Amino acid sequence: MAYDKFNILKSTAVPLPIENIDTDQIIPARFLKATERVGFGDNLFRDWRYNPDNTPKKDFVLNNPVFSGKILVGGKNFGSGSSREHAAWAIYDYGFRCVVSSFFADIFRGNCLNIGVLPVQVSPEFAEKIFAAIFADPKTEIEVNLPAQTITLLATGEKETFDINSYKKNNMLNGFDDIDYLQSIKPEIEEFAAHLPL
Amino acid sequence: MSKTLFDKVWDTHVVRKIEGGPDVLFIDRHLIHEVTSPVAFLGLKSRGIKVLYPNRTFATADHNTPTINQHLPVADPLSANQLKALESNSNEYGISYWGLGHQKNGIVHVVGPEYGITQPGATIVCGDSHTSTHGAFGAIAFGIGTSEVEMVLATQCIMQPKPKKMRININGKLGVGVTPKDVALFIISQLTTSGATGYFVEYAGDVFENMSMEGRMTVCNLSIEMGARGGMIAPDETTINYVKGREFTPKSEAWDKALAYYKTLKTDADAVFDKELTFDGSAIEPMITYGTNPGMGMGISHDIPDAAHAEGGAATYAKSLGYMGFHEGDSMIGKPVDFVFVGSCTNGRIEDFRAFTSLVKGKHKAANVTAWLVPGSHIVEAQIKEEGLLDILTEAGFELRQPGCSACLAMNDDKVPAGKYAVSTSNRNFEGRQGPGSRTMLASPLVAAAAAVTGKVTDPRTLIEELV
Repeated sequence: MAYDKFNILKSTAVPLPIENIDTDQIIPARFLKATERVGFGDNLFRDWRYNPDNTPKKDFVLNNPVFSGKILVGGKNFGSGSSREHAAWAIYDYGFRCVVSSFFADIFRGNCLNIGVLPVQVSPEFAEKIFAAIFADPKTEIEVNLPAQTITLLATGEKETFDINSYKKNNMLNGFDDIDYLQSIKPEIEEFAAHLPL
Repeated sequence: MSKTLFDKVWDTHVVRKIEGGPDVLFIDRHLIHEVTSPVAFLGLKSRGIKVLYPNRTFATADHNTPTINQHLPVADPLSANQLKALESNSNEYGISYWGLGHQKNGIVHVVGPEYGITQPGATIVCGDSHTSTHGAFGAIAFGIGTSEVEMVLATQCIMQPKPKKMRININGKLGVGVTPKDVALFIISQLTTSGATGYFVEYAGDVFENMSMEGRMTVCNLSIEMGARGGMIAPDETTINYVKGREFTPKSEAWDKALAYYKTLKTDADAVFDKELTFDGSAIEPMITYGTNPGMGMGISHDIPDAAHAEGGAATYAKSLGYMGFHEGDSMIGKPVDFVFVGSCTNGRIEDFRAFTSLVKGKHKAANVTAWLVPGSHIVEAQIKEEGLLDILTEAGFELRQPGCSACLAMNDDKVPAGKYAVSTSNRNFEGRQGPGSRTMLASPLVAAAAAVTGKVTDPRTLIEELV
């Protein structure tokens, strides 16, 4: 199923400089009971964002109107833990299209790529620069350029390149997904299956 | 060319390689449950495609299910709806469905091996990160997201870049009171929660060779907690004896063919790993976690490290200890315990209940502790009764609940209240994992037993010595 195409994204960003943010924080398990992919953004970072009585926690970044944008910048080892794709859905549904971190957990990274959210891994030094730039000026803009595989702090022009394999890059640019591809090679899969040891 | 165990299984399943991209990997067995599959089925419906190999797919309900009164309708309407969706999707697409009340129902990573769905050298996926459990059999098993669940339902394939390879060697004799869970928590404490990200791990050495299949499953289950996609152990006589004759294990001629394949499943002597680590098994203590990720663990007799010696930035560390209500330099011994949970895909097997029971035998549950003992499956539940463990547990003031994931992720009613402390044999101590505001200390069934009878964190070795 096709998803949004991703090309060049220019946006302000929301900083979350905490390390090892796990998918239970991104979307707690009690919000995984839906049978459709709707409404997950409301519960993004639920327990960091809201008190038990559902009032917003004033000190959490998503409740601070100073910070906004389509880019979420997280601390090292973002998305560890559970394989729940709901975490990526919640990030997308909230309005983010790109997550930046100096290190991503594997499954989370793959889930993002599969739904059209671009995970951009930068060096720890560049991550620090991004955090500093956002905190110094929350209106500062960041450009994520997928064709060129660069991320740029537009105020200073400081940039870094990032990795993405060419297959996934092509998918993101065109809004293709893996099932489209796999469906197209089904006869080859069926032939392969006939000769397996198990 | 020399190959690792991982290479052999992976390469056997590559349908095609994409230049500059992932491999198309064929999946032998696909396990599904109620939480991560409904949206995948919706995707199939909207594309108008069928499940390619329904007989390679198995469905069980576990994440949402109650662990008492399973004969009654599920009270939570959202949970009930999700369970109903799994049942109707399974029926519609011709998939074996082991729902609540079915004799084969239980935690997906417990029942898969019990019925022989898990086989050496197989590729196994499930929309659950603890799918790494099945690596205990020398399978490549890993957790996937819902888009990938849809992919596997539709085409029995997944698109994955081949991970790097790591081997973790542990030799030596484990000390008294040291269990497979402690070995795993020790490894994670050394590597941190991201130390094996990007790798598939092979566990090697006599510590693993001497483990039962249950112990190996506990170790491989926790591979994801150091960031590894999965972990595996080469199949040997212990493995073959376990799988032989189970319901979905190949039979007669197919068994002979399978056996010949299983015997090829070991790392060649001169095969090279991207990373290799070695630890001394005799140095491992009973472990406990003090923070909010599984890497924040230590020998139970140690004090909580100060920030300078901890992984992660000082702010993250302070947030974590603040959540737990602990301080740098605290001893864990004597910390208060309100709840004890024994169960989950990590420690919900018969050996775990044997260990727990051995320590509580002749003692009594502490009055301040609420204990939830949740078998991983009906087979485990039946074994607990047949082996007389239930009588001992009842005598000691414990009750047995019905199978399910339960308080490991608290999607059902088994929630630890805010601010309360739980010693848990499960796999994650993340903030709120066992209920909003809950505080989790991960440990082995023996450490859980020691906490359950003393009402506080206690080194199980002190109680074992009493017994001797």
